[in-house]
Amino acid sequence: MPVIIKNTPFLPYQVLQDYEETTLGQNNAIGACNIFIGTMRDFNEGDQIKVLTLEHYPGMTEKQLDKIIAEAHQQWALIDSLIVHRVGDLLPNDPIVLVATWSSHRGDAFDACRFIMENLKSKAPFWKKERLINEQERWVISNTKGYLNT
Amino acid sequence: MSIKIRYFASLKDYIGRSEDEIIYNEVLTVTEVWQQATQNKVKPQNTLVSVNMDYVNWDEPVNDRDEVAFFPPVTGG
Repeated sequence: MPVIIKNTPFLPYQVLQDYEETTLGQNNAIGACNIFIGTMRDFNEGDQIKVLTLEHYPGMTEKQLDKIIAEAHQQWALIDSLIVHRVGDLLPNDPIVLVATWSSHRGDAFDACRFIMENLKSKAPFWKKERLINEQERWVISNTKGYLNT
Repeated sequence: MSIKIRYFASLKDYIGRSEDEIIYNEVLTVTEVWQQATQNKVKPQNTLVSVNMDYVNWDEPVNDRDEVAFFPPVTGG
């Protein structure tokens, strides 16, 4: 159930392939894998964004993410899970976050992945600062809602 | 009693530094730590606080060598 904080770009599909080959191995109990990948978009609040800088609280970030993963493993029948999150300067289209969950049946993988992602968004101490096309910088005040109907 | 204080993101800009240390003889709550470390600066709405990297309430007592952090709502993912 690794939590990886990276200050350099990463390729989520490559990370997944490597993880499945080297760590998960051939686990015949796995019947489902759910993946969420968040990437940097080039607009926010009606403005064009050039660079996104992600700050975090080293140590607390890992502690909170470990807790979230442990909770997910308590609530759902997960075989494994993985979180990779970027910090530092990102450019449009760069992956920000990868969450993957593996289980025997799809319901556990789907629901646990969503749970991990929504809790990461509200509890993991990361902060985004945007640099606009005109070089103006501003902190992102809040995340958008994850569940559209609430 | 030595307490380390850290500020992150917009709170760091607001306070003008990333860290403080205060030495105190009595047990303080995190609210009192904020008041002492920032010289009673107005606390921005929605400020969050942690002690030793766990979220706590504002009446949480702080012990010797604890690390207290103040920061705005998180925006990762």
